[in-house]
Amino acid sequence: MAEFHPDSEDAVAGIVRSARDKAEPLEIAGGGTKRGFGRPVQAAATLSLDKLSGVTLYEPSELVIGAKAGTPLAEIERVLSGKNQRLPFDPPRLTALTGGDPAKASIGAVVACNLSGPRRVHAGAARDSLIGVRFVNGAGETIKSGGRVMKNVTGLDLVKLMSGAFGTLGVLTEVTFKVLPAPETEATLVFEGLSDEQAVACLSAGLCSPWEVTAASHVPATDGDPARTLLRIEGFESQMAYRGRVLAEALEDHGTPAILRGAESAARWAEIGELEPLGDVSSDAVWKLSTTPDRAPGVASAIRAANRNTMDARLFYDWGGGLVWVAVSPEGDAGAGAIRAAISPAGGHATLMRAPEEVRAAVDVFEPLPGPAMAMTRQLKQTFDPDRILNPGRMYAGV
Amino acid sequence: MSSLALPEVDETVLAKRDRILAQLEEIVGARWVISEEDELRAYETDALTAYRQMPLAVVLPATTEEVSRVLALLDAEGVKIVGRGAGTSLAGGALPLADSVVVGVSRMNRVLDIDSANRAIRVESGITNLAVSGAVEHLGFFYAPDPSSQLACTIAGNVGMNSGGAHCLKYGVTTNNLLGLTVVLIDGTVIELGGKHLDSPGFDLIGLISGSEGQLGLVTEAVLRILPKAEGARPVLLGFNSNADAGACVSDVIGQGLLPVAIEFMDRPAIRICEDFAHAGYPLDVEAMLIVEVEGSEAEIEEQLSKIVAVARDNGAVHVREAKTAAESAAIWVGRKSAFGAMGRISDYMCMDGTIPTGRLPEVLVKISEICEGYGLGVANIFHAGDGNLHPLVLYDVNDPEQLQKAEDCGADILKLCVEVGGCLTGEHGVGIEKRDLMTDQFNATDLDQQMRIKSALDPQWLLNPAKVFPLDGRPAPARPEPPVAGKAA
Repeated sequence: MAEFHPDSEDAVAGIVRSARDKAEPLEIAGGGTKRGFGRPVQAAATLSLDKLSGVTLYEPSELVIGAKAGTPLAEIERVLSGKNQRLPFDPPRLTALTGGDPAKASIGAVVACNLSGPRRVHAGAARDSLIGVRFVNGAGETIKSGGRVMKNVTGLDLVKLMSGAFGTLGVLTEVTFKVLPAPETEATLVFEGLSDEQAVACLSAGLCSPWEVTAASHVPATDGDPARTLLRIEGFESQMAYRGRVLAEALEDHGTPAILRGAESAARWAEIGELEPLGDVSSDAVWKLSTTPDRAPGVASAIRAANRNTMDARLFYDWGGGLVWVAVSPEGDAGAGAIRAAISPAGGHATLMRAPEEVRAAVDVFEPLPGPAMAMTRQLKQTFDPDRILNPGRMYAGV
Repeated sequence: MSSLALPEVDETVLAKRDRILAQLEEIVGARWVISEEDELRAYETDALTAYRQMPLAVVLPATTEEVSRVLALLDAEGVKIVGRGAGTSLAGGALPLADSVVVGVSRMNRVLDIDSANRAIRVESGITNLAVSGAVEHLGFFYAPDPSSQLACTIAGNVGMNSGGAHCLKYGVTTNNLLGLTVVLIDGTVIELGGKHLDSPGFDLIGLISGSEGQLGLVTEAVLRILPKAEGARPVLLGFNSNADAGACVSDVIGQGLLPVAIEFMDRPAIRICEDFAHAGYPLDVEAMLIVEVEGSEAEIEEQLSKIVAVARDNGAVHVREAKTAAESAAIWVGRKSAFGAMGRISDYMCMDGTIPTGRLPEVLVKISEICEGYGLGVANIFHAGDGNLHPLVLYDVNDPEQLQKAEDCGADILKLCVEVGGCLTGEHGVGIEKRDLMTDQFNATDLDQQMRIKSALDPQWLLNPAKVFPLDGRPAPARPEPPVAGKAA
């Protein structure tokens, strides 16, 4: 398969125009670490943005950073940490799911997949920090939306549309984010031995408190390891002493927590963000469920029950319970029917984040949408990419 | 009426007025269709009072289902539709057209579900912004976006304009606080988006609807994120001898990793007007003033404020007043919060809403005063400094047509300046009719065509809130993107 590696936005536009003229669809890639996401794309060539790289704007006092879409996430994080700042939403690499070199994961992929880590429950998703985009649509036109200021309601918000569109509406060429000061330090309270229901109640109580819990996860017991329920707080050193104490007091019904401080706390959350609690998933299918937090334990127990005959489901909770990562057997429909049946009464959606290509071709990778939303989705695709040149079928057939 | 053009009135619609009214009455009941001139008068304008236009009728449905039937009817009849919350738009977003029916959501104002464990509230969209916070206050929660008009403005309008407020530096704007929406499309289709979970499956349709200014559909219900209230909050008032010092202080506070919940800026004219009105104890001998608010426990507030005051003194602060009590906090805020009312007492004004990169603040303020001097108009600056969202208030006499024209031209020049320095036309008020013709200063024809193709796809007859947001020429856009044509009207 042909590969293009344009080094300018104009070159990207030229490649898309020519692909449209020839009616030859393009697979869009950044660092290539997310190519195993979504439905398999039937494309004549790959358009890789790995040469479209570099920070284009960084104003620490304005809390804003912009970069070409192929810029490695690692480079963005390095530049930001030099000024004691960070992206607010803990972007994960997720190479445990897809393989590839985590150092190559690009900022464009973070946007295209709207990837957010543990801090999402507090600070919003990637799309909430994204304030500007430039992209090339399916006609090879270069379009901008948003900009470099954090408050901007001028015109339709295409910034949000581009985030989480998996490259099916446009080829991102440049993205701009609002950033935040990094806190002086952090701490994590760790409770042991809670059931899933108790744990989500504990996380919820923490998130409903005034002490700004910035991450809230529960890892159920596995062979040899007790269940652990984790709540993170961040801020000044003096704040951590105070908030750690009052938060532990407020949650004393759930036991006496151990406390992870500073780097130890940060390391634990980095592992959680990269799905370490699922263990080795190299022969599994992995699902990402977003649901109503206090309904999550019920969803999890239905999934456990449904999978008992194949392989035991391994799972853990993030985002206060509202996010459930599940590893199941990739056989058959990779658990799609049972998982979607379990989540349906609780509200939310399930995405198949890792599975063999033939499974991703056969089952709905993304939650099937109700009729009106699907109709709107097709209408939108038509306005951006009428000849379905960009990542066709990556999310939904015909989109 | 001033310079902004409205589309030609569709006489065929006026001719079938009686039949349309009868059909609307069948759907919502005669009582909720307003067609008498004296009653319609209340709907002829919004907070952009320079523009007035009586609509064909106003209809006030009570349910999503009624909204659906109303839209389906008006779509089939080819009648324009202007959605309306409380009519507080400063951009003319709710200005009626003579051949339009205003669909108001004021009767749909119920709280449907409070779910504190999942930190969410479901409401009908006609509820006021402040009533949402009021409904959850006893549980220790609040709804974060806090536009100045929050006593009156509705969630429908907030979603339509993607409204902000003073505290979005920390908590974000409306789109960052939405979990779900019920939207009625032009043909009456009801679409449910999101719920109590995070992130959308598929395209971010909630993100697209938010801030779409009633162009794509009408929002009838919303699931909103509610947040636990901080233990406490206190502001400090800082006075400076120059706008530049105050601007540099804002940059330094942020640069040092402090993140206040609000940083409000007022220049000398604004300070004087607010002080005369509210007697807040503002210093009258300074050129610029900041109100910086932090949250947390007493000790946390103390620590953050002392750091902020130190930064302020390094930047030449000549006046520092820390609120020590709730009453002192309220006194500091009362002037700022009554600013627009205070201003209205001494003069008519146009409230601009551009955003700029905060680093350009001092030079932009100088240029704004030069622009206003050039038109012979006064200006007072009040704005959210932390995020660069400016609100220059251009003072003029509404009864003097020449001054109104000057004020509009002056405002346009200020907004063009915002775009020039890397900012945008509107940070939180929306484009509406007010900034419609300036869109070509921020976007080129290709950018606008992409937006208008979306409009055309979801509202093929351009019936929803027409004559707003998009310039009148060059539309409707082609349904499919074609290569740009040289010389095409932008």
